[in-house]
Order: sequence, then C-alpha cells, then structure tokens
Amino acid sequence: MTTLTDPPKESFRLSMLIYDTRYRSLTIQVVAMMGFMLLAAWLINNTLTNLATLGKPIDFGFFRDPASYDINQRLLDYTSRDTHLRASFIGLLNTLVVAVLGCITATVVGVLVGVLRLSSNWLVARIMTVYVEMFRNVPVLLWIVLVMAILIESLPAPRAFRGEEPTATMNFFDTVAVTNRGVYIPEPLFSRSLGDISLFGASSMRFNISLDLIAILVVLGVCIFAVRKVTARANRIQEATGDRPTTWYINLGILVLPMAALLVALGFHLGYPALKGFNFQGGTHLRNSLIALWLALSLYTAAFIAEIVRGGILAISKGQTEAAGALGLRPNRIMSLVVLPQALRVIIPPLISNYLNLTKNSSLAIAVGYMDITGTLGGITMNQTGRELECVLLLMLVYLSISLLISAVMNWYNNRVKLVER
Amino acid sequence: MRKSVILGALTVAGLAAGAAHAATVDDIKARGKLNCGVSTGLVGFAAPDAAGNWAGFDVAVCRAVADAVLSDPGAVEFIPTTGKTRFTALASGEVDMLARNTTWTFSRDNDLKFEFVGVNYYDGQGFMVPKDLGVTSAKELDGATVCIQTGTTTELNLADFFRSNNISYEPVPIETNAEAQQQYLAGACDVYTTDASGLAATRATFENPGDHVLLPEIISKEPLGPLVRHGDNEWGDIVRWVLNAMITAEELGVTSANVDELSGGTNNPEVNRLLGTEGNLGEMIGLDAEWARRAIKSQGNYGEVFEKNIGENTPIGLARGLNAQWTDGGLIYSPPFR
Repeated sequence: MTTLTDPPKESFRLSMLIYDTRYRSLTIQVVAMMGFMLLAAWLINNTLTNLATLGKPIDFGFFRDPASYDINQRLLDYTSRDTHLRASFIGLLNTLVVAVLGCITATVVGVLVGVLRLSSNWLVARIMTVYVEMFRNVPVLLWIVLVMAILIESLPAPRAFRGEEPTATMNFFDTVAVTNRGVYIPEPLFSRSLGDISLFGASSMRFNISLDLIAILVVLGVCIFAVRKVTARANRIQEATGDRPTTWYINLGILVLPMAALLVALGFHLGYPALKGFNFQGGTHLRNSLIALWLALSLYTAAFIAEIVRGGILAISKGQTEAAGALGLRPNRIMSLVVLPQALRVIIPPLISNYLNLTKNSSLAIAVGYMDITGTLGGITMNQTGRELECVLLLMLVYLSISLLISAVMNWYNNRVKLVER
Repeated sequence: MRKSVILGALTVAGLAAGAAHAATVDDIKARGKLNCGVSTGLVGFAAPDAAGNWAGFDVAVCRAVADAVLSDPGAVEFIPTTGKTRFTALASGEVDMLARNTTWTFSRDNDLKFEFVGVNYYDGQGFMVPKDLGVTSAKELDGATVCIQTGTTTELNLADFFRSNNISYEPVPIETNAEAQQQYLAGACDVYTTDASGLAATRATFENPGDHVLLPEIISKEPLGPLVRHGDNEWGDIVRWVLNAMITAEELGVTSANVDELSGGTNNPEVNRLLGTEGNLGEMIGLDAEWARRAIKSQGNYGEVFEKNIGENTPIGLARGLNAQWTDGGLIYSPPFR
C-alpha cells in the first residue's frame, strides 16, 4: 500500500506580505499609494480648512458677477457689464487665435528653414543656421518684448497720418495703415448679408455665427469636392490611356465661378480703414500686441521645428534620394514626393510637443498686454475677485484641455501618415 | 506632472493661509527685518535712488514702521510688486505690509481680507494727454486709445466712466508704470490714466513735462494707504499708529529737527505721550516707549515726508490740497494720542 503525501499546504501568514517575494512588491505599492493619498488628503484638507478660516472657501459663484473691465480684442460681443465667465471665454478665444495663427506660421517657416538649412548654397545654409541658433537660444519672453518694442518705437503713431503734409501714409493704394497701435487692413463686408445665427441665447457662452460665412464655407466645400472628382477622373484616364487630360481650367472655373456668383449675390465689398478722431476707424484692426506675440512665438517655435525637419530629412537614407534621382525625378519633386512624406513620420511626434509649447508659451501674452485667458481669468478676474486658487485651478484645466485636444488631433494625423505595415 | 503642480499650488495656498495666523510682529523681530511691498518704481512714492536706496513717500512709511519696531529704519526689505502681484504677495505672507498706492475699497477690505490701516494720500483718477492733442476734457476722448495699468481700480473706474458718458475707447492693458510710460511717449496710446499723483510723478520724469497736461476731470475717489492682512490686529495696530504718529507729529509741530529737544519734556501732554515721556502708550501697543520718537526722528512728520518726496518744491510738485492737515482745511486727521 502506498501512501500519497501531499506537500504541506501552506497557509497564508501576514509576514509573507514582507518576506515572500510573490507579495512583497504588491505590499510596497499599496503602502506607497496609501502614503501618497494621505499626503494629498492632508494637503487638500489643510488648504480647505485654511481657506475657510480666512473666510474664502472654494466658491465659483464669482463667475456670475459682472466683470466690470473692458477687453480690447474681442471676437464676440462683450461689454464691461458681462460676467467674469464671459470675460474668460473672450480670453480663451484670444488664446486660441494666437495659438492657431502661431502654429500655422511656425510650421510654414520651420519647414522652409529646415529644408533651406540643408541647402548646398553656403550662404543660405549659414543664414538659416544663424537664425535657428539666435531664436533657439534666447528666451521667448525677450523676443516678445523686443518685437513689441520695435513695433511701438519704429512705426508711426496715427497722428503722423494727419495734417496737410503727413509724415506717414497708408500702404497698398491707401488700404492698409501700419501704425504703432497695430495694422489696420480692409475688412470684408456684405451689403446683402444673410444675418447671424445666435447660439446659447443670452448666456455667457452666447455665440453668433455669420450665415454669410457658412454659405461661403459650404460653397467652398462643394467646389473642392467637385475639383477632387475631376482630378480623380483625370487620374483614371491617365492610368487607362497614359494621356492626362488638361484639367486646370476646369478646376479653376469650378473654384472661381460659384464663389464669385455667391459674393456678388451677398453684395461683397471691402471696408477700408480711415483716420477718424484719435484712431483709424473701420477695417480690421490687428493690434500690435497680437502681432508681436504671434510673430515672436512663431519665429521662436519655427527655429525648433526647423531642427526637427532637418533631423527628419537627414533620417531618410541617401539611397532614397539617389534612387529617385535615377528614376529621373527633379530635385524639388524628390523632396516633395519621396523624402518629405517619409520624413513626416519622424517629424510629427516632436512637432506635437512644439505645438503644445507654443500654446503654453502664449500665456506670456500679458507682457505685451494681449488679453488671453491668462490675462483675463488668471489676471484681472483673479485680481479683482481675490479667488486665486479657483482661477489658477481653472486656468490649468483650460490649458490641459487645449493641450490634450492638440495632442489628440496630431496623434490622429500621425496615425494616418505612419508606415502601414502589411 | 499635472498632479504635482496641483499639489504644489495647494501647498502654497495651505502654507500661505497658515502663515496668516502667526504673530507678524514676532516674525519680524525674529527675522530682524520688515518685508515691505512697494511699487516697482514710481518716482516720489517708491523708487530706488541713484545709489540704489529706496526712497519716497510710501517708502518712508515702511521705514518708520521698521524704526518703531526694530529701532532701525534700514531694516527693511523692499519687495517691488506690480498691481497684479501685490495682493497675492501680501496674502501669502511674502510681505508683512503693503505701502504701495493702493486704493482702499470695500471689496479689498472685506472680500480680499485685508485691513487698510489708514489713508496717507487722498487721490483720484486723472488723465494725462499730450498738449498738442488739443484735448481739454476727458469727455472729448471718444475713440481714444487709453493706456492703463492692469489689476487696478483705475481699470474699473475707466470702464465705468466711459460707459456712463456713452463714449468708446480702446484700452491698452499694461503691467507696470515704466511700460505705460514707454507706450504713452511713443504715441501708442493717446491717454495715460492712473491716480493723479501717479500721473504727476510720471510726468516729472519726462524730458519735457510741459508738453503734457493733466485733464481737469478726476473721475474717482482713491484713498491710498498702507494695508496688512486680516487676522493679526496687533500688527495692524502698530502700522496704523505709526502712520497716525507721523500725522499727529505734524499737527503738534513735532519735526525731525526738534523731536530730540521736545523729548526732554514739554507743556503739551499729548506731545509728551506721543514721544513716550509721559504715559505708557508704547507698552499698550507692544513696543518700547520711544517707538514714535524714533520714527519721527528718522523719517520726519507727515508734512516733512510729503514736502521732501512729492511736495511743491520737488519735480513732482504736488500741492497739499486734500492732503493738508484738517486744521488747514484738508482731510489728514489722526485720532488723538490719549
């Protein structure tokens, strides 16, 4: 008879949490987590208690109070009687404007400079090197202040345009006025306008959308769709017969004629700036705070993007260029058809972080008096209401959301251009 | 990363609120130095001189308080603050007191939780324009570009003034007085608006002060004075009564020149109480008997400080006006030393 002896069944003992390697790491993590949460709870509790003793408990009610201050650059209607929430919203739009303008300009300049830095022309390559090193190695705040100072000190004041023999005149056939308060450009006006749609009623988030703009965008979308159809057909014919039909005049017609008809129907004309009283009136006023911030942020970020583009291009093996050359492609087509599409895969991930940097750097706007969300919510509102913690937390949340949004969009784009392996 | 930043902000807020409850005067004595928040540079009120020493009307208050508490008018760390940073600096305990052209308002006193200890300058918001603009009244400023320091009461007054007069303007928000000066002189704004005393002080630093005029309208009441945090009444009392001592000294004719002589004893019991030769006022406020005597000796009385820094014989050239003693028809008035 054989007896089966089971190995002694090991019962769980508390000491195993420390001495048994199977459980030890888990124990440490749990303890560390608890410690961290205790610390966080202590900090939050301490803050809340202290704020309550100070008589300033966390409260977002101040957002409903009138802001009582004016904002110069406002994309939507706003008066000093609107709420703090509305003022923050106006500031948010200003942040987005400078971020979008900055990202586009920085990309264009950056790609151009990055490519030119690899130019075989010694002078061009050296000039681009100097540009990149100058902008990359000086803090962006100094560039912003410098650009603003140049705009203020070197351009003529509006009063220089006045009088019998003015010392300054308008440019481009009297349509553009460049002053040290900003640039006034003609604005599009519609004499038979379709009006606006109001969203969100009379709340602080109210938003008017111009029906003219929607009409223009719809027509533009339809035209582009038609152009793509025509091009696709040309491609099919080329693949079938080897002959590509000439399409440029068809495409031009599709793009121009409906748009021209729409603009005539809407009564499109330009409103020109004119000197009235203290300032130019009419036209669109690009304030020099916007221009300074936009220029400085773009040029600064473009220097980084240039280096990323250069790195991306250098990452494509020389064999690709040579092979394309052997197929008879011209140098600019080699760059646009062979090298850049492959380089994009290397370029886009670091590009995302530069877009994020540009957006976050736009919070330096107050240095030139540009009323972005840091200037409104994190500046005047915070100062007038004394709600520092609430304002700063909200401000952080806003920047976090913007950054995550940019990341999401760019990651989607990155997924589209990345190497699809089969 | 995000979490740690939030925690950092919470820590700061937590510590800041905690600091508000310690006895400020003990902290100052232990530190051996008074941290005084002043403006970033407004000639006559608070600005470093050629040798780098802070001087001015507001600075004198800081020095007088330091002299009363620490027996040393030099034991002051001057911390320049902008219109935006000043309240955070005071609320967080970075400075013990603010002496910085700050307007006493209801919401600052109650909502921001500060204690204004008195008024050392009765001011009002004015406008400065270049003379060749030909403007004679603020109501003619329709459409003008106005430079304004952000985070101040002037910003709100300006919005209200233009709104109630139904005229438009373009605000150019500026962080400091120096930047405003640059923009105004370059013609990037037509008008500069701030407290009338600040305008006079700024104009005095221009190359040609005569080319600029102050418009007659004063659109607000701006009682400027030193302030401390809520929650430490003993410290608030010290700052309040140092200021009152300087005002009373002028009223009673005590000056930096004759204070030593008068300290020997006079026929006027209030002078004796003020200078500590009679009674125990110093003890009541938690200082020694000679606290006021020292402050008056080193800084002078209110009138002396006014004349030396911003009076009619200085480039700033402000008349006493509302800021004359009540006995001369002004508003400067101290409760009695009794």
